[in-house]
Amino acid sequence: MSKSEAISWYRIQEMFRFQSFHMYGIIGTAVVLGIIAVYLIKRFKLRDFQGNPIVFQPKQMSLPRYLIGGTVFGLGWALTGACPGPMFVNIGFSYWAILVAIAGALVGTYSYGVLKERLPH
Amino acid sequence: MLELVRQPWPWYTSGAVIAFVMVLLLFFGKSFGVSANLRTICTACGAGKSVKFFDFDWRSQTWNLLFLVGAVLGGWISAEYLTTGEVIQISDATLSDLRALGFSGPEGIQPEEIFGLQALFSLKGFLLLLIGGFMIGFGARYAGGCTSGHAISGLSNLQLPSLIAVVGFFIGGLISTFILLPLLF
Repeated sequence: MSKSEAISWYRIQEMFRFQSFHMYGIIGTAVVLGIIAVYLIKRFKLRDFQGNPIVFQPKQMSLPRYLIGGTVFGLGWALTGACPGPMFVNIGFSYWAILVAIAGALVGTYSYGVLKERLPH
Repeated sequence: MLELVRQPWPWYTSGAVIAFVMVLLLFFGKSFGVSANLRTICTACGAGKSVKFFDFDWRSQTWNLLFLVGAVLGGWISAEYLTTGEVIQISDATLSDLRALGFSGPEGIQPEEIFGLQALFSLKGFLLLLIGGFMIGFGARYAGGCTSGHAISGLSNLQLPSLIAVVGFFIGGLISTFILLPLLF
């Protein structure tokens, strides 16, 4: 991640301003290869290293859940320039300020757990 | 060879590595999703006692927590040994847009205006990171996944919910970029 600068706030800004292909290239490559890999795993019913079949849990359909949740996530993503993975890579880079965002993310996760039953899913 | 590793990598290398990580996790009987760790950490801190959502055996998720440790270590190795110290090359259009907002040009990979100590100890900077992080944590769990779980794992499995979530990521991201950031800076 860090080697392609996907952990950079600047790269995320470029992406949301549609001014560079870089991030789309990263995600696009991963998804295209991922689709092929998942297809092959299903087609040949491949098993994991313990011999159990690899199963894919289909996600339950819901519009408000994914749209509202996704939008809230996107608001935070563009502000801090980091999604959950890159947050932790940034610690390795000694950008200590990201610890505040991680603390925020933990409080956010906890709040969701508390409010879960009252939100539309 | 080392010189090649030190330079910033092109997008297709990184994309391929991410897909490889996902497939590797599948073959270990796991699935690729980073934000689930935030829930695991809440549980490990004792949140399961009062809130049902956090009541599960967090030790079963140790492998995923190790993924986070790996992310920190990977970042450290990359910053310490595998960098040319080059300034990030972002597009001129983005650069001039950000200058108009009052951001100085990049010196490292993150802007001083958000990640610098001065920003961190100002009310605005502190709240931006805290509230931004809050929305990431809340939104990721509400949507049931983040960039890795939905945009990579979900889309790879051709899941419509993941596509809706990714559309949501962009709605939120565009609002932040074009409305919130100009208001804040």
